[in-house]
Amino acid sequence: MRAELRLEDGTRFEGTVFGAAGSAVGEVVFTTAMTGYVESLTDPSYRGQILVLTYPLAGGYGVPPDRPEGSLIGPFESSQIQVQGVVLQNPIDRYSHHAGTRSLSQWLESHGIPGIAGVDTRALTIHLRAHGTMRGWLIGGESAHGAIHEVEMDNVGWLVAPLEIVRYEGGDRTVLVIDAGAKDHLVRSLLARGVSVLRAPFTAEVAALAATVDGVVIGSGPGDPKQFGSLIDATRGLLRSYSRPIFGLCLGNQILALAAGGETEKLPYGHRGVNQPVRELQTSRCYVTSQNHGYAVINESLPQGWEPWFVNTNDGTNEGVRSTEQPHFGVQFHPEAHPGPDDTAYLFDDFLQLVHSMEKQ
Amino acid sequence: MQSSELPRRVLVLGSGALEIGQAGEFDYSGSQAIKALKEEGIQTVLINANIATIQTSAGLADRVYFVAISPENVSEILERERIDAILLSFGGQTALNTGLALEGSGTLSRLGVRVLGTPVRAIRDTEDRGLFIERLAEIGVKTARSYVCTTIEEAHTAARLLGLPVMLRGGFALGGMGSGIVDRESDLHAAAARAFGSGTKQVLVEECLRGWKEIEYEIVRDSHDNSVAVCSMENFDPMGVHTGESIVVAPTQTLSEAENQELRSIALRTVRHLGIVGECNIQYAVASGAFDYRVIEINARLSRSSALASKATGYPLAYVAAKLSIGRRLDDVPNGVTGCTTAFFEPALDYIVCKMPRWDLDKFRGASMRIGSEMKSVGEIMAIGRTFGEVLQKGIRMLDVGVDGLDPDAHCFDDLEDAIQNPTPLRVFAVAQALARGTSIARVAELSAIDPWFLGEMLGVLEVEASLRASTGSIASDLLRRAKQAGFSDRRIGLLTGATETSVRERRRAAGLAPGLAKIDTLAAEFPAQTNYVYASHHASACEVPDSIHPRVLILGSGPYRIGSSVEFDWSCVTAAKAASALGFETIMLNNNPETVSTDHDECDILVFDEISVESILDLCARLQPVGVIVSMGGQLPNRLALPLARAGVSILGTSADSIDVAEDRQKFSALLDQIGIDQPRWVHVTDTESAEEMVSRLGGYPVLVRPSYVLSGAAMMVAHAHGELVNILSRAAKVTPEHPVVISKFETHAREVELDAVAREGELLLVAISEHVEDAGVHSGDATIVLPPQRLYLPTIRRVREIATQLARALQITGPFNIQFLARNDEVKVIECNLRASRSLPFVSKATNRDFAGIAMRAMLGAPVDVLPIDLLELEYVAVKSPKFSFSRIAGADPMLGVEMTSTGEVGCFGHDLGEALLESLIATGFRIPKNGVLLSLGPVIDKYAFYDEARVLMEELNLPLFATSGTFDALSAVDIASTRLAKHPSEAGPSAMEAIERGLVDLVINIPRTFDSEGRPDGYLIRRAAIDARVPLVTELKLARAIVDALRTRAGRPRNLLAWDEIVPN
Ligand SMILES: Nc1ncnc2c1ncn2[C@@H]1O[C@H](COP(=O)(O)OP(=O)(O)O)[C@@H](O)[C@H]1O
Ligand SMILES: Nc1ncnc2c1ncn2[C@@H]1O[C@H](COP(=O)(O)OP(=O)(O)O)[C@@H](O)[C@H]1O
Ligand SMILES: [Mg+2]
Ligand SMILES: [Mg+2]
Repeated sequence: MRAELRLEDGTRFEGTVFGAAGSAVGEVVFTTAMTGYVESLTDPSYRGQILVLTYPLAGGYGVPPDRPEGSLIGPFESSQIQVQGVVLQNPIDRYSHHAGTRSLSQWLESHGIPGIAGVDTRALTIHLRAHGTMRGWLIGGESAHGAIHEVEMDNVGWLVAPLEIVRYEGGDRTVLVIDAGAKDHLVRSLLARGVSVLRAPFTAEVAALAATVDGVVIGSGPGDPKQFGSLIDATRGLLRSYSRPIFGLCLGNQILALAAGGETEKLPYGHRGVNQPVRELQTSRCYVTSQNHGYAVINESLPQGWEPWFVNTNDGTNEGVRSTEQPHFGVQFHPEAHPGPDDTAYLFDDFLQLVHSMEKQ
Repeated sequence: MQSSELPRRVLVLGSGALEIGQAGEFDYSGSQAIKALKEEGIQTVLINANIATIQTSAGLADRVYFVAISPENVSEILERERIDAILLSFGGQTALNTGLALEGSGTLSRLGVRVLGTPVRAIRDTEDRGLFIERLAEIGVKTARSYVCTTIEEAHTAARLLGLPVMLRGGFALGGMGSGIVDRESDLHAAAARAFGSGTKQVLVEECLRGWKEIEYEIVRDSHDNSVAVCSMENFDPMGVHTGESIVVAPTQTLSEAENQELRSIALRTVRHLGIVGECNIQYAVASGAFDYRVIEINARLSRSSALASKATGYPLAYVAAKLSIGRRLDDVPNGVTGCTTAFFEPALDYIVCKMPRWDLDKFRGASMRIGSEMKSVGEIMAIGRTFGEVLQKGIRMLDVGVDGLDPDAHCFDDLEDAIQNPTPLRVFAVAQALARGTSIARVAELSAIDPWFLGEMLGVLEVEASLRASTGSIASDLLRRAKQAGFSDRRIGLLTGATETSVRERRRAAGLAPGLAKIDTLAAEFPAQTNYVYASHHASACEVPDSIHPRVLILGSGPYRIGSSVEFDWSCVTAAKAASALGFETIMLNNNPETVSTDHDECDILVFDEISVESILDLCARLQPVGVIVSMGGQLPNRLALPLARAGVSILGTSADSIDVAEDRQKFSALLDQIGIDQPRWVHVTDTESAEEMVSRLGGYPVLVRPSYVLSGAAMMVAHAHGELVNILSRAAKVTPEHPVVISKFETHAREVELDAVAREGELLLVAISEHVEDAGVHSGDATIVLPPQRLYLPTIRRVREIATQLARALQITGPFNIQFLARNDEVKVIECNLRASRSLPFVSKATNRDFAGIAMRAMLGAPVDVLPIDLLELEYVAVKSPKFSFSRIAGADPMLGVEMTSTGEVGCFGHDLGEALLESLIATGFRIPKNGVLLSLGPVIDKYAFYDEARVLMEELNLPLFATSGTFDALSAVDIASTRLAKHPSEAGPSAMEAIERGLVDLVINIPRTFDSEGRPDGYLIRRAAIDARVPLVTELKLARAIVDALRTRAGRPRNLLAWDEIVPN
């Protein structure tokens, strides 16, 4: 069955239906990661977007069975496929892996997620790089004329935040994870290091919850950080009064910067992939990181009492901020990886060391 | 510790002659290292006797020594050149082991020479298999259960403790030398003996992991502890088949994200723990079920895999490693591809590459076809595309083994399951055949342990093939597109659908199906690439190479290295590209061999990493519009394409395609020679065995040279000495190509062989070099010892040779490089063949005379003026000798006897003030050792014994070497009062055998000149020759060479040796 991807600027890519035969609309973004499609497709930060898998072979190791409800196990990073649609080149139907029980196509189909295969993904990636990310319509199969569901990107955070507060037991100390679309591996990373996690939607009473825990992590999430006005305000309050460690990841980094009085900007085509190089400014140590964001903190906008922590060695954009006075800091990349390298997972150790260094709440 | 100060003068160790397991990749890595250091203002001195390399060309290193890489030479040069730092990791195992020896002996510290890059301690940790396991255990990284053994007895104990099967591996070894899996108790002793026999003192006996996945990562780390994993690779052939013998893809395909990251993390952790600075690779065995792994080894140096990874990703590993070795940070080294990012990143691929090895096992008489944990392949290709099927099909064609893609019917198998279970070079075809006949993927996977992922993709190709077969009439454009994307050639599509190649191409053109040219940009399109490193694919929709205002010239490379075509053609192509570039041309290089310098994207303006075929070249010309194509620099493969390309309307630069055809076609060439009165060995066409005998008598009787006219790989040239042999040869030849006649020539005995390399323009000679072979004709020119200037040719012969070259250049209107081989006996000169292209000896004559033959030829072909000093052979004050390097020790069972088929895998070229000095230098550089213990003579027929009396006396009386002789030779020597010890030729004979004497080290030079042949044409004395090879004892099998060696030993004995650099010998 024929399918088509139409971009906002009129460019068209033809292909065949992959996954569910349906249509989708959303911002078209690409990831250059060569593995990790299960992790990426379930990453809430991709909510509302059509994801292009630039690497031309997709689905080689299949997909494991769905996990039980309420479970946190990987490679799934949330309980559903988050993207609006998928664009790829050559799907592998005869996948091969001891954990795989179905093909990528079958998985997408069973979740009703449309896709298009047979697209020259490199050409598409070059187009998005050259012209910036843009909206696109994926039109496939019979439903070509049906209504297309579109995600309201101004409020996308509400869609991916958990509905209620969940507590995961893992140890003596407790860390609050403010969730605006965090990946499950953030929670797993903390649990694995022997702390308990209180996972709360970003809409919860942050200040009150923070007062009950030993540290706070502001997790990742989709879209423009400025949509999270209430969270920015709440964080501003925390920055003033909270002397325990606060660690922002990705969106969390931007929230910290905005709360502190800094600014963010939209990147032309974002950083998405598992090979983004960053440099820690003070030590000059470099790390390969996993990233997925379309906005960045403007280094020059940081107010007194804050400094850039990491920068991207490719384009010099901000990759982390920290307070020079308080144990408050954030990174623009994903130390929890999944997908991607775990070179910066040590940041969780550092964060928890700080947590442990303070008296228990 | 790294000193923060930059070194001033660095010694770079090359890798010497190409051999199995250590080939062109080190020319590439060494060249990059020299470039990287030069940029920093650091002076470089290079030791490498491999004269055909690019790294030894003028303009790269500040000084070059064409001598053996031995501890003695290196330490003398360190001193002589006032070197303050040394690079060990760019010349393969030879360089590394030499460096370790110099460090161990305290030479480096005595001379204050710093080892750049990975510290010696870390190198030891990785090379010593015992230490390695300990070091990894310290950080909880898993290795196979194993015992380090130093004796055969210990190996037995270890095998008992582990239980069979076990794997045996030597330390400090190269290309799996001497390693192997032992399944049966009864095989253990021999296998252990073999492992120890390869020169190592340490053999690891370990748990056998046959059938596990084999996965490899390339890692770089700087001295500031920044590190990245540049490339992951997965083997199609699972554990048990050496990576060098495996089909390999990058990136990995069957590992999940979590598994991939886990292995990457372990790699970085291990590399950090060992303290590697620069580049290394780490090899894993990975279980195919639930995740589990073992680290097999780390190579703390540039390797074949690193060359492959560089080409696969566009990340210049060797260049970066050299920068890191002098203390640079990864994020300080620019990414030359994007121009705006740094070397601190992990490449993202948006394509898949497939490396395939090329073997030439059928060139070796007596060799087993099985492949395993020891390397036997002589070359490789890399195919780039977007599905495994596509790159596999492309890759098979690139190998140039006469199979057009994944053809399931390409070969016949007596026992298909056996062919799948026990790997040979043909396994991939056996797998295809089984899948095509309906054997399930599960069954094939069970037999071969090849991951079902690969098999599934292969089945996908076969399904397209079935659709093509089923399609009738004009092929639908959808199916045509599908077939092109699956990697089918126009020719094969034609065969499957009953059309011609040309009509498929027409059909394709009409349907608008042209392959795009996509860039390899290291970051999967995330950043624009400044360089033009591209591949062609029908999955790519665009041509990413921008238009240019400069005229373009397309240079065809040589494809995979193989016996008879290797680094010399890479040198020619690279040198030619430089010349074209200097003239303002935009150069396009087309090649597919990842171990070359020509496929380095900064050697040309546009690098097309793709097939070298009529189809690919036509598609390429349509896209890039070059003014013409150079077919004469890349050896025989491009040369063969001249005529079909010209017929398809492509402009061939230089000598016309018609002239090339005349030179290549025996009939036409012979007629031309007759016409202009040039003598040639007499020859006839034979179409059936019955008439053969009569034909032979017409030629004047035996011996005769038999050439199957259609040289499919495997159909070799042979000499028949008697009727029986001829019948045998013919019956085999006929089996290969029934419809093709066989050419039989008079085999001229006791003739000298002369070689002429020249450049002409519009039929007029511009530059000529003449060299002679030490051996008599009958030893292939690629296996012969070549001397320049000739030392023993008569002046009239030289004059006649020149005259013939002048006549042929004129008759064929040659513009460009060419080579003629002659037979000279008394005052007769006969032409054997004439190649209208750069020859194997071109870099040798260029460097030996300091004339840029390839560059001048290129200028001539591009119509530019040339200005060149003629070479006066009589005026040269030195002698240059080119010697072959053989890899028989790696091909178990092969008879190391030289003949008309080439078997050497590499060569060196060395200099001296006289023939003796130059000959010994070059022999030593190929591994020859001056005999000290004794010499074994086994000299065949009486005439040779007579001819050797004087030499035997010299050996014994002047050089004080005890002589050993087999019975006939013993008798002959006794008759003239030369004392020797009699040894038996066969173990069955009474008394101590020659083989024992060799094994026990009583003799350290074997001269064996067989002259009797069995009905298969096999010379006698095989056991002696093989014993010499297996015991690493120098072996000489040709009388003239033996005499030259004895003469050289005599004249050089007791005289001091002058170690001189190239520029001190050959005037500029
Ligand atoms: N324990 C083992 N069991 C089975 N095969 C092995 C084992 N160890 C190594 N091999 C095979 O032998 C090959 C050569 O071993 P390796 O140590 O890599 O030698 P080299 O140093 O020559 O590369 C490997 O590529 C692998 O296929
Ligand atoms: N007629 C002949 N008599 C003696 N030796 C010959 C004759 N023809 C060829 N040879 C030997 O065989 C070798 C290979 O033959 P050649 O025609 O040059 O083959 P190739 O094309 O492989 O180079 C030559 O280098 C020469 O030593
Ligand atoms: Mg190895
Ligand atoms: Mg020849």
